[in-house]
Amino acid sequence: MQRRLSGPVLDTGSGRRPEDFQIMDGRETRTGKTDAMNDKRFERVLAAAAAAVILLCAGFLLTLALDATPVIRQEGAAFLYGTQWNPVTARFGALPFIAGTVLTSILALAIALPLSLGTGIVLGEYLRDSRLGALLNVMVNLLASIPSVVYGLWGIAVVIPAVRSLALLVGAPPYGSGILSASLVLSIMIVPYMSSLIREALRSIPPGLREGAYALGMTTFEMVGGVALPHARSSIIAGVLISFSRALGETMAVTMLIGNATRMPTSLFSLGNSLASVIASQFNEAASDVHRSAMMGLALILLFITLLAGWTGRKLMHRKVD
Amino acid sequence: MKRSARIAIVAMFAAMLFGIAGTAGAQTLLGAGASFPAPVYTKMFDAYNKATGVKVNYQAIGSSGGLKNIQDKVVDFGGSDSFVKDSDMGKYSAPIVHVPTVLGAVVIVYNLPGNPPLRLTGEVIANIYLGKITKWNDKAIADLNPGIKLPAMDIVQVYRSDGSGTTFNFTAYLSAVSPEWKQVVGNANSVQWPVGQGAAQNAGVAGMVRQIPGAIGYVELAYARQNNMPVATIRNAAGNWIEPNLSSISAAAAGAFPADTRILLMNTDAREGYPISALTWLIVYREQSYGNRTREQAKALVDLLWWMIHDGQAYAEPLDYAKLPAPAVKAAEAIIKSITWKGEPLLK
Repeated sequence: MQRRLSGPVLDTGSGRRPEDFQIMDGRETRTGKTDAMNDKRFERVLAAAAAAVILLCAGFLLTLALDATPVIRQEGAAFLYGTQWNPVTARFGALPFIAGTVLTSILALAIALPLSLGTGIVLGEYLRDSRLGALLNVMVNLLASIPSVVYGLWGIAVVIPAVRSLALLVGAPPYGSGILSASLVLSIMIVPYMSSLIREALRSIPPGLREGAYALGMTTFEMVGGVALPHARSSIIAGVLISFSRALGETMAVTMLIGNATRMPTSLFSLGNSLASVIASQFNEAASDVHRSAMMGLALILLFITLLAGWTGRKLMHRKVD
Repeated sequence: MKRSARIAIVAMFAAMLFGIAGTAGAQTLLGAGASFPAPVYTKMFDAYNKATGVKVNYQAIGSSGGLKNIQDKVVDFGGSDSFVKDSDMGKYSAPIVHVPTVLGAVVIVYNLPGNPPLRLTGEVIANIYLGKITKWNDKAIADLNPGIKLPAMDIVQVYRSDGSGTTFNFTAYLSAVSPEWKQVVGNANSVQWPVGQGAAQNAGVAGMVRQIPGAIGYVELAYARQNNMPVATIRNAAGNWIEPNLSSISAAAAGAFPADTRILLMNTDAREGYPISALTWLIVYREQSYGNRTREQAKALVDLLWWMIHDGQAYAEPLDYAKLPAPAVKAAEAIIKSITWKGEPLLK
């Protein structure tokens, strides 16, 4: 237990001599010489750890940027808007993959948002302290712990045949795999994250606000719609963006479901490809050095998109509600 | 007694240590590369270890990884499904040689109601994958298969989404038989496919073809055989209809064989040869005295290569790989004999 002491104290009971006590930063503390040294050492260790993280991050970016230089030099800005990805002619444009990544993630978000909002509100407000709520919470967490490849297999076994029947019904090419299948499975994968973040956002509302609303005679529905959700709005948007950045980088399940075709997606049933999926599929057997470098370029693009989403999310999270 | 046991244990640990390092002991050889022959290599190296005590460690990291490792001289041999082109020879600091080991083949699998036996030509396969033939009852397919009732189904083309030697060989064949394919798509480990959808690995392609009615795909022979999938009979350059099997694949390499063994067997002239057959190679430096290698290690390497093209061939067929035919073995023997240590041949 730390004790606040009001003046230099000789604690004869500790067996220390008076000269062991010293005054630091104008604040009197009960610190011996060895303790001060330990403090310094601890600070140094902390500083080294922090520096290591910064160095790692910088090194990470630097490596990616350096390795991506050949393709950026060759393609210039066309690397971002080109639609050719041809290892044979060594022409590389990432637009179809950027489109596939962003499109599947946005669709997944659109599907997951109502589901997560519902789950989050039920967990955060209606079943706050009930057995049923605890059970539901366990189930949602269970969804989060299912490995990506299992989602992919489930997608192949269940979602793809379902989407294929749907495609036949509306007269689209009956591939089954494609943007829609990938988005559907992605949405289920991000529901646990989004609903947990929404639940936490609702729980962090000051209890007085909630109690006040009830005291005014509001129903739970009115309280959630009129008080809780508006108050937690920025945290909820932040949670959505964090889930979005998770969807952007998802690799295995998307690779198994998106169809792996280098084409600009034109409809929900189009085949496509994502940045992460191309890197995972083609890196091992890259056809040339430029091809390898192009994959590093894709990683750089993915990193920037993800960072942007995460950064916006954090910005919104810390914004105070007026 | 006790003391000698202790010494033996210490010696064993030391051997393991040096063995892992892969430089000091001749007891361990290190290789990396193509994943396609990895199963047969694993079997061969296990048998070789039992017969001679030499341990061979092979990492199936893919052909391009294998080539990179031998360029960087971090392995004793690299494995590759494609030979090193003249234009890429500059990446190696010293002359390299190719030693062929086994043959494989790419087969065409499909999913049609009742799965009738199907005959296809390279031209028709190219046009299917170019998106020019879109229905199974297209006249071009029907003409090759008289007496078979083909459904009016859409063709769903399936290809490998990951870069692979299988795709390299398949697109090499299509480039050889179709000028349009060569022009529009070309030949590489991964290409820009005009139509169709991708699946990962042989297993993924086989799985997707089995799942989608009307699908066509290409996989290694072993996969089609192990999954009992129907495979198409292909017309070769000599005009014969050839069913892919181990003897027709070996036959593809039975024709004229170049001394450096760098030959694409695609669209082979061999009369009984299956036209989408391919060799796989181990790549080593001709002069073995480089880095801190010992003569013992170099000798162990050439002994292994010699064993693989002779006794080792017995392990190929049980695993659905085709054996090297006589002309290929002869060429490989000459190549192994040309490997030197400080200018002196290691095998006489």
